[in-house]
Amino acid sequence: MTPATEAELAEAVRSATAPLWIRGGGTRPVGNTAAEGAGTVLSTAGLSGVELYEPGALTLVVAAGTPLAEVERTLAAENQRLPFEPMDHRALLGTTGEPTIGGVAAANVSGPRRIQAGACRDSMIGLRFVDGQGQVLRNGGRVMKNVTGYDLVKLLAGSRGTLGVLTQVAFKVLPATAAQATVMIEGLSDASAVDAMCRALASPFEVSGAAHMPQGPDGTPLTLLRVEGFENSVKYRAGRLHEMLGALGPMRDEADPEASAALWKSVRDAEAFAGTPGDVWRLSVVPTEAAAIATRLGAGRLLYDWGGGLIWAELAPGTDLRARLGPFEGHATLVRASAETRKTLPVFQPEPAPLDRIAAGLRQRFDPRNLLNPGLMA
Amino acid sequence: MEMPSPDPRIIAKKSRLVSLLQGVLPDEAVIHEPHETRAYECDALTAYKCPPLCVVLPGSTEEVAAVMRICHAEGVPVVPRGAGTSLAGGSLPTADSVVLGVSRLTDVLEADYRNRVIRVQTGRTNLSVTGAVEENDFFYAPDPSSQLACAIAGNIGMNSGGAHCLKYGVTTNNLLGVTMVLADGTVTQVGGAYMDAPGLDLLGVICGSEGQLGIVTEATLRILHKPEGARPVLMGFDSDEVAGECVSDIIKAGVLPVAIEFMDRPCIEATEDFAKAGYPMCEALLIVEVEGSPAEIDEQLAVILEIARRHDPVELRESKSPEESAAIWLGRKAAFGAMGQINDYMCLDGTIPVSALPLVLKRINELSRHYGLDVANVFHAGDGNMHPLILFDANKPGDLELCEAFGADILKLCVEVGGCLTGEHGVGIEKRDLMLDQYDPADLEAQMWVKDVFDPNWLLNPAKVFPLRVSAGRREASRAA
Ligand SMILES: Cc1cc2nc3c(=O)[nH]c(=O)nc-3n(C[C@H](O)[C@H](O)[C@H](O)COP(=O)(O)OP(=O)(O)OC[C@H]3O[C@@H](n4cnc5c(N)ncnc54)[C@H](O)[C@@H]3O)c2cc1C
Repeated sequence: MTPATEAELAEAVRSATAPLWIRGGGTRPVGNTAAEGAGTVLSTAGLSGVELYEPGALTLVVAAGTPLAEVERTLAAENQRLPFEPMDHRALLGTTGEPTIGGVAAANVSGPRRIQAGACRDSMIGLRFVDGQGQVLRNGGRVMKNVTGYDLVKLLAGSRGTLGVLTQVAFKVLPATAAQATVMIEGLSDASAVDAMCRALASPFEVSGAAHMPQGPDGTPLTLLRVEGFENSVKYRAGRLHEMLGALGPMRDEADPEASAALWKSVRDAEAFAGTPGDVWRLSVVPTEAAAIATRLGAGRLLYDWGGGLIWAELAPGTDLRARLGPFEGHATLVRASAETRKTLPVFQPEPAPLDRIAAGLRQRFDPRNLLNPGLMA
Repeated sequence: MEMPSPDPRIIAKKSRLVSLLQGVLPDEAVIHEPHETRAYECDALTAYKCPPLCVVLPGSTEEVAAVMRICHAEGVPVVPRGAGTSLAGGSLPTADSVVLGVSRLTDVLEADYRNRVIRVQTGRTNLSVTGAVEENDFFYAPDPSSQLACAIAGNIGMNSGGAHCLKYGVTTNNLLGVTMVLADGTVTQVGGAYMDAPGLDLLGVICGSEGQLGIVTEATLRILHKPEGARPVLMGFDSDEVAGECVSDIIKAGVLPVAIEFMDRPCIEATEDFAKAGYPMCEALLIVEVEGSPAEIDEQLAVILEIARRHDPVELRESKSPEESAAIWLGRKAAFGAMGQINDYMCLDGTIPVSALPLVLKRINELSRHYGLDVANVFHAGDGNMHPLILFDANKPGDLELCEAFGADILKLCVEVGGCLTGEHGVGIEKRDLMLDQYDPADLEAQMWVKDVFDPNWLLNPAKVFPLRVSAGRREASRAA
């Protein structure tokens, strides 16, 4: 089903009697999809287009089914961008199709700049959605400071269609930066790379990306630190990072903006894992614990982003990473795995009982007939 | 402002309740003598007052949990309180409620510079969070003007903002985790020193829920290294419209100042009389501040000044020294104090799309003539969060009501142009009954679902946020139970 308007979409939900599998572009099938099969796919692709864009107010309101590429083109034309640098999951998951902005919002997809500019949910300022009964609801608005009532925008961000079908999303956007440079350190162990990233992020030099590739493009370790802004400022801050970290190992700069952007795209999209055979896990951890956690994982392939706060890890199919790791502060998501594995291992980290009860209660209220992506986040 | 009538059965069992609470708290942490509970009868919205049944000041999360278990079992409403600086009546008690204050929970639990987080108990004041990390050149970014007094508890309750949110965001963008005591006394952790939620983003809806979902006792907050420096410029224009265009052009040029503050003529005049900051007498004044190293500041200011010059400023004042920077900020920082000298005032807090600024200021002036009350505007222009200050005389019968009606009209105007009722102060009781001007009943119903789940008996801060008639059924059901 591909309704052409919000009203049609609401009617489709209202009259549904079997599960609805909500799709944007279908490029991010993360979640427990075991139950898929029964029911209907409900696509938001028919709800497309920029509904309001005020560059001078840094606000963009867009229909949920709008292709992400169109959103990015629209913003680029005014020299602006989405602050949170959303990841494209297609390479990692081997999916095809056009990512939509609604899918980005519903999965709270953020990239390397999350450490500086916040996650997708931090840029979301309003939305319209259809709940499990087919009612059109609204929360937030189009202004960037708004505390009028509860913040359902944050609650719906990352709810992956299980609380409602997003039909329209409003964002706070930011100016694109004139220049960027990537400061690179070669040959660091994971532990010293995390240490270097922590030091860089604890500096006043506004690092907007901090990643470590244990196997960089040429097979040896490479640590990346990005600075963005006006040209002279970028040069200045890159220079200061050299002074701070020069003793750690050989350093060089990628000052060519395109080459620098390509590096960050490969981090953003976890390209190192494209087409590899294992399961891919995404761990959200306390940065200084990252290297020790990674050691315990015994992963075949690793990538650190967010200054160590985000670990991508590839493990042999079917490995129970959580059992191997034991308790830690943070959580692990099974982003890529066979349907078999997903039947045995929960995709999302099980939560403490009180939070689990609250989440179940919320789903029951927003979707009392349990029709919207049922069980996807279970 | 209408409040629900207190439950006589609860009032009747006051002494039993007090002795139950004394059973789990030290004696001095249970305040029940009427002359002592008076200190908690209102917050910074002082027009409304009501002493609570009693006040408890627990000293640990476990004590908070013990109090909540008792209130839950006894069916007694609880009003969470930080420092009581809410301007929306968010911590106004009811006569049948227990006020639960976190003012004794002020410890720093951990300052972790490498992970750039601090864990604090929530009774700690906003400014003293920065105070705890300042010696290492770190700071906590959200900076409400009340930061000397207000507590992290209330900042989380209201999702408070400050002058620097254009760059650093508001509380919710700087909050990573909380320890929270649920309505039935269950203690739970939500989030932590990591960057996203495993399942639903419950932290996102807890922040800004005005004490209606649980008692937040500890928080993990993001801290940042201070910038190398900051410098403001001051510019004066002979119309609001031009000032508004200038703001928009600065933003479009790709500069992101940390603050863009706007003052209109009445505000400039009042401030000059009071603080003598040497501001130009003009229709609109902007203070724009940028951060970085001296060279970076120069680079950004060059762009900003070039834009300003295109808009024919009547004054353009660059700071060359810390003293000159302080002089530029002097008037802005004194604005509220200056208003207080002239008269009683009510401070509003709507947000508008920046493009609607000239229209909104024009309409506010028309309303000012209609109501016969003066109004001054000072606000965060980058994000459209307005703070019109309506002057009135609290001793003059009818003036408060007139002022409230004027305020309501301004807030409705904010909604009409695409903005909202409150940008950072919260709904509380003050804007509760205007909520249907912004949202449809179904939208509010969806918000109340969240409360139903966290607090099924509607005992936490029950008469706030939602229009009384909208929440009536739920509150009555809770009372009958
Ligand atoms: C002069 C002045 C200037 C101000 N400037 C600003 C400003 O620039 N920006 C801004 O955003 N606000 C501003 N405010 C408003 C106010 O200071 C903020 O709303 C502040 O965050 C309130 O903090 P508090 O600790 O005083 O909270 P309180 O007033 O005690 O409570 C606020 C809300 O939080 C709830 N709450 C309190 N403690 C808890 C807890 N432990 N758990 C759960 N809920 C809790 C309360 O029930 C209430 O709903 C200003 C106020 C004044 C008087």
